[in-house]
Amino acid sequence: MGTILFLIFFPMVIAFILLVAKADKARDVIVIASSAIIAAMSIVVAIQYARGGAEYFSFNGEVVNYIMMVVEAGLCIYIIITAARHKKWLAAIFAIIQTPLIMWFEFTKGHGIEVESNMYIDRLSIIMLLIIGIIGTLICVYALGYMKDFQHHEPKDAKDRRPWFFFVMFLFLGAMSGLVTSNNMIWLYFFWEITSLCSFWLIGFTKTEEATNNAFRALIMNLLGGVGFAVGIVILGIVFQTVELSTMLLVGSVYGDLVAIPAAFFAFAGITKAAQMPFNSWLLGAMVAPTPTSALLHSSTMVKAGVFLVIKLAPVLGMSNFAGIMVMMVGGITFLFASCAAISQVNAKRVLAYSTIANLGLIVACGGVGSAGAVWAGIMLIIFHAITKSLLFLCVGTAEHHIGSRMIEDMDGLFNKMPKLAMCMIIGIAGMFIAPFGMLISKWACMVSFVDSGNILLIGCICFGSAVTAFYWLKWMGKLTAVVAGEESIETNVHKTESYVHLILVVLVILVCLIFPLISSYMLVPYLEVVFGGLSGGIMSSGNMTIMVIMIAVIVLLAAMFFGKSKKEKVPIYLAGANTGDNRTYYGSMQQEVEFTLRNWHMEKYFGEHKMNVVGDVLCTAMLIIGIGYMVATLVSLLGGVA
Amino acid sequence: MIVKTVVSIIAYLVLAPLLGGLLAGLERKLSAKMQRRVGPPVLQPFYDVFKLFEKEKMAPTRFQDFYVLVFVVFVIASGVIFFAGGDLLLVIFTLTIATAFLVVAAYSSNSPYAETGAERELLAMMAYEPMVLLTAIGFYMYHGSFNVRDILGSDSMCFLPMIGIFIGWIFILTLKFRKSPFDLSMSHHAHQELVRGLTTEFVGRTMGLIELSHWYENVFLLGFVFLFFANGTAWGWVLGIVVAIVAYFVEVFIDNTFARMKWQFAFKSSWIIAVVLGMVNVFVLYLCF
Amino acid sequence: MSAYVTKSPWVVHYDGSSCNGCDIEVLACLTPMYDVERFGIINCGNPKHADVFLVTGSVNEQNKGIVKQIYEQMPEPKVVVAIGICACSGGIFKDCYNVLGGVDQVIPVDAYVPGCAARPEAIIDAVVKGLGVLQAKREAMLNKVEKVEEVEEVVEDAVEEPAEEVAEEVKSEGGEE
Repeated sequence: MGTILFLIFFPMVIAFILLVAKADKARDVIVIASSAIIAAMSIVVAIQYARGGAEYFSFNGEVVNYIMMVVEAGLCIYIIITAARHKKWLAAIFAIIQTPLIMWFEFTKGHGIEVESNMYIDRLSIIMLLIIGIIGTLICVYALGYMKDFQHHEPKDAKDRRPWFFFVMFLFLGAMSGLVTSNNMIWLYFFWEITSLCSFWLIGFTKTEEATNNAFRALIMNLLGGVGFAVGIVILGIVFQTVELSTMLLVGSVYGDLVAIPAAFFAFAGITKAAQMPFNSWLLGAMVAPTPTSALLHSSTMVKAGVFLVIKLAPVLGMSNFAGIMVMMVGGITFLFASCAAISQVNAKRVLAYSTIANLGLIVACGGVGSAGAVWAGIMLIIFHAITKSLLFLCVGTAEHHIGSRMIEDMDGLFNKMPKLAMCMIIGIAGMFIAPFGMLISKWACMVSFVDSGNILLIGCICFGSAVTAFYWLKWMGKLTAVVAGEESIETNVHKTESYVHLILVVLVILVCLIFPLISSYMLVPYLEVVFGGLSGGIMSSGNMTIMVIMIAVIVLLAAMFFGKSKKEKVPIYLAGANTGDNRTYYGSMQQEVEFTLRNWHMEKYFGEHKMNVVGDVLCTAMLIIGIGYMVATLVSLLGGVA
Repeated sequence: MIVKTVVSIIAYLVLAPLLGGLLAGLERKLSAKMQRRVGPPVLQPFYDVFKLFEKEKMAPTRFQDFYVLVFVVFVIASGVIFFAGGDLLLVIFTLTIATAFLVVAAYSSNSPYAETGAERELLAMMAYEPMVLLTAIGFYMYHGSFNVRDILGSDSMCFLPMIGIFIGWIFILTLKFRKSPFDLSMSHHAHQELVRGLTTEFVGRTMGLIELSHWYENVFLLGFVFLFFANGTAWGWVLGIVVAIVAYFVEVFIDNTFARMKWQFAFKSSWIIAVVLGMVNVFVLYLCF
Repeated sequence: MSAYVTKSPWVVHYDGSSCNGCDIEVLACLTPMYDVERFGIINCGNPKHADVFLVTGSVNEQNKGIVKQIYEQMPEPKVVVAIGICACSGGIFKDCYNVLGGVDQVIPVDAYVPGCAARPEAIIDAVVKGLGVLQAKREAMLNKVEKVEEVEEVVEDAVEEPAEEVAEEVKSEGGEE
């Protein structure tokens, strides 16, 4: 118990210390030391609770509730004032709706509801804590070096706002730890709102007009989700006389159709936070922020909170009710169209963003299917995605500072210019889609569980979506592997913290791929057995898992033995006999030396971003309206029947 | 059980290149006959590969060999998993890694011809992948298992209920075999604008290994065709093998009678086929089984 | 035992500055009429895969680098066949200010096909002659003969009619068939 509270409060305390520590040296020491402590502590928590399975803590205290309420009210006022100052009335309206709603609920109905346990920890929470504690802090360490460069690129007289940046980063980590261990929905909602606000601050960090607009877009969409969350809590409290997640799931296993009503609202909140279509634009807008922000939002915090909630709700959504169908279709459609849109992107960070949206779509769809196999796949996706995506973002961030561009086409010859970085990126990309690396394992499990669910449209989404995924990753990977002659290494002045973080993440990617059968059998299977009361198949057979592990071992072994060790004579490439000898230019007409450039396909005509977004948005909005509308209608008829 | 598996793996490892090479030889003979030529000896593909192994060793970059090595290992591995009765999805994904490494090998040379070939190969991958996955899903829907062993052990033939998927599979085989009208990324004939496309920068032994892996690949792709007819009886086996061989020569026939289409057509047509024949057939299977 | 390279000689065809007469005849060899694929000959169009280099037309300042580069990009064992009188000696363009002469001014040639244009039968015959050279070069590779002169010696033994003699003959005939 104490260790969990430590994970929530320690980062927050550090956050406030970082706010006052202005010197670079001091910040370096504090961030690295506290990151090590948080990572170590999350491992301690994992060891402490992994054996016991789920544990609930009452941790009762009216004081805590009041403190939260005061903070919430404060945040609400802050949002309203900021929104008013920037004339973003929608944000103010959503804030005005939800916070008073929750307050009203707590003062009138909430008092009567007995809360047995406010906090809990189970194996899913442990996995999330590990991701937050290890990946999240690694990103903070990386940010040290990155933000030095960032400040360096700023105008001379610009104010050094890094203390604020690190304050928000650590606050975020603390809030996430609280989010994944709250059993009381009101507490969960509290942390949920803090993460929304943290991401608002991080996205708007540069204070440019674009950044501010995008930050508000993120805030508005997440506040809309917050409204959904608040409505869910009110329905849960009034109809079911509880505000506990565990009780809700327990009741849900019997009265699936009824509990689906609040579950649909919570899932809606999860969908906004997980940046599913039609809410995906906030995550793309978040790209204006410094790269560590994107890494943090995409891998270990924020969007993971959304999918975490959906995965938590999976047992209810999986009872073949309308809420489940809504969630799985939104996830599936988002996966397909976000993957397609990624093809047309030239900006590396936007490709990563669309790929995140797509993968989250897959996780959301898994939660919507809600079978044991689907949830297995969903959690595996969360793990693999957190590691590989943070690696990729941090690599792109470093590349951006050294080659001066985040466009994929400018990464020509990165293999020569920054060999180590290119290798890290290649491993990250391989981790994103190539079997036997992580993501594909989960995609496979998804496919099997989707087929079992019998939803043909979902099967179509995953078949076409994964074909598209391979295309956009491989063309990027090809660009990275191309050995361009005559490029010198410029990798000498990469910050130590950055390259260490890359290295650690690469080791983690490979390690997790090698030990994933163990993760499955010691963490996921026991968790699923508790949640679903035994497994009904749907999980990859151990034989296949072994083959996968052997495969990755073979690739690693072959790489160690043969990579770059060919003794063949090196010859110039074929340029129709007109190669000038440097492999980059040829003799054109009049013996002029012409340089050739190679560019990837983006197929704007087929996979144009706008087109994909419009189609995806329309379909997903329709699903959400139908789903939520159906739920409201059920609720009304239910209440009418009671009256 | 284990003995049977080991025997079939060894048989695959030894016989697949022989069979694949022989099929390639017959194909060239047949093409020659269609053009009223005498054509090369049936063993010609073997001579070609042996010759490639005799040539001098060259490469544009020292990293190419590694990628090609992984390609070869994983093409063979996917066949081994197939003939050992393993999981169809595992087979497909292993083949995807293999192709990914072939593409990367071509990219690594930074040669315009090889890279354009590689991009087109990626396009082909994107075009055929949905149908390939739907085929595996179709087998799963009908037989209730992704395992080749279970599909072979079943006593009902899935050809008729899966006829849409079967036609779709034959359609994408053209892409998989890189035959006209879809020989976008590389062609066995010297009639394309990309020199040798994907394989332009592979010299001698490297090229020989790639040819060899194509034989392995072709054999187990035809193994998929066989699966449609397996019903546990001898005549099912005979029918399966006959149809698989006929399918191969149908592809040769198509190769000889079509000019190459643009990539737009290759891409659109395979996706349309995957939706119309694949998805609809899977839906029908879902309703009936 | 004969090397496999003699059973599958793949060719790459380069038009130096030919009038296309010889090129048409080279392509005629691939048609059903002559069908060189009988001998495993394929026109592969890529020097990196080719064993036999067919050059038509004379060599000039513009294309000498290209001829040289294509030759260099072919892996050993390899053979060069000069097709048509222009490729053999420069033919009627021999004395042009920009013409260097036959292909052998730039790269070593193993077989010469005289004629204007060269007949398909003669081209096929030259390629088949070249197979002997390929065999010899392959053996030389196996025996690790590294000195160039030694290779040339072996090669000359292998060809019934030494290449130079043919060339002399051709030159004395003045390019007529």
